[in-house]
Amino acid sequence: MMNSRTMRVLQAAASMLALAALWQILSSVFPHFLFPPVPEIISRTIEILVTGSLLVDVLLTAGRIFGGLFGAFILGGMLALAIGQSKTAENFIAPVLTFFQGIPALSWVVFAIIWFHGIEFRVLFIMVMTTLPAFTFQILDAFRSMSKDLFEMTMAFRPSRWTLFRFLIVPTIVPGILTAWKVNLGNAARVVVVAELVGATGGVGYELLRQQQLFDMAGAMAWTLQLVLFVLIVQQTINAIEAYALRYRAVSERAM
Amino acid sequence: MPSAVISFKDVSKSFRRPDGRGDFVAMDKLSFEVAKGEIVAVLGKTGCGKSTMFNIVAGLIEPTSGEARVVGHDPFHEFDFFRGKIGIVFQNDRLMPWRSALDNVQLGLQILDRDAREAEETARAWLKRLGLSGHANDYPHALSGGMRQRVSIARAFAVDPEILLCDEPFSSLDEMTARDLRAEFVRLARQNNKTAVFITHQINEAMEIGDRVMVFHRPARIAYEARLAGATTEAERGKVQEEIMRVLAVERAPA
Repeated sequence: MMNSRTMRVLQAAASMLALAALWQILSSVFPHFLFPPVPEIISRTIEILVTGSLLVDVLLTAGRIFGGLFGAFILGGMLALAIGQSKTAENFIAPVLTFFQGIPALSWVVFAIIWFHGIEFRVLFIMVMTTLPAFTFQILDAFRSMSKDLFEMTMAFRPSRWTLFRFLIVPTIVPGILTAWKVNLGNAARVVVVAELVGATGGVGYELLRQQQLFDMAGAMAWTLQLVLFVLIVQQTINAIEAYALRYRAVSERAM
Repeated sequence: MPSAVISFKDVSKSFRRPDGRGDFVAMDKLSFEVAKGEIVAVLGKTGCGKSTMFNIVAGLIEPTSGEARVVGHDPFHEFDFFRGKIGIVFQNDRLMPWRSALDNVQLGLQILDRDAREAEETARAWLKRLGLSGHANDYPHALSGGMRQRVSIARAFAVDPEILLCDEPFSSLDEMTARDLRAEFVRLARQNNKTAVFITHQINEAMEIGDRVMVFHRPARIAYEARLAGATTEAERGKVQEEIMRVLAVERAPA
């Protein structure tokens, strides 16, 4: 009997193979500059991975994504804890974050280009500003879902603020933090490409712009796949961390 | 050192109603004392202010007026003074789901900055005393209700507090398990010379556990009080039980 994990992997592989087959059919019908054959895309993808100078662009983009997410996570976490502990802080901060949420990522790109000179700072600023509200609100939700019963029980031992944070608040918000990272990772990958496309001289976004100028669809696909692969690897890493960190949760044997 | 470990003098507590319709009086000039080593059972119907009294002793809420003292100190304003001095067993086990049984028992010891090895040894010893040695590494979801409540009792006793506060700790358990745990609790409390306030809504439980029983009427005030330590014969205890039932019934009757 096949276990559910193997079954899931096989189903996912089957759907991806179907997508590849469909692309291959399209490439036999349309010109290759519109739909290059799958083997060519794969070989270009591998070429990027094994060519040091090209791989640097992928790592640069990955670093920018992590840098932006980490900055937004730290800032968002601090804002969430401030809002969670003070109604006044909430009254001041929450409307601003809600306002920020309404600003499109492309607007932040334009603002960053006008305001700042340094490329790396521009990208970091864009990444932080576009993911900050989501991080803050997700961590705040997790903080507010903290059990009053557990809070009172812990307070009965008279913990210091640091001990309370370490023993109660952190474990309470960990599931929310992991969800925030998973949600924001996809957003960050999309935003970083836009930021690099118009304001950087390296990275996957910059390379995509070059492929567009060269009208090289296989190259555009190969660079896009780098980003997809990166997001998949990080998602799986977060899933593994989540499985470990939340191993205490009861799992029903009956699937939904 | 004051003679009474817990003392309430004309303590009142009001809460603001969430719908804005004025204040709700939960406690009205409540006065009582609990001596060192005494186990006092507090009986009363739901909403009579037992838990309000419990939360004031625990320092979790502040009285609106009057004087509440625990070992001569104000439990709310001198909150940190009571580090390690009060152990609480709540109605529900309140175990941290991300901690194993052993880690849950160690929680108070870790908060009190006890040496890690000593804390683990103490926690293991308490789990053993409560028959949970084989479940030290189990997470709460893998334990039965009775086992979880045992862990919470171990957690309260592990810090070796001077005072134990119990808020209907066995009310959600089946009678057999509750009876075993009650007996275990009394044995441990007596063996370790603990002062305890035990809140319950069951007459039998109150009489089984308490040296003294206080019956509360709404808003929290003492409607009846009996010393059980002196009532040694079945007849004497029967009389106390009848009186408790009568007092509780009075409140039930329409005004």
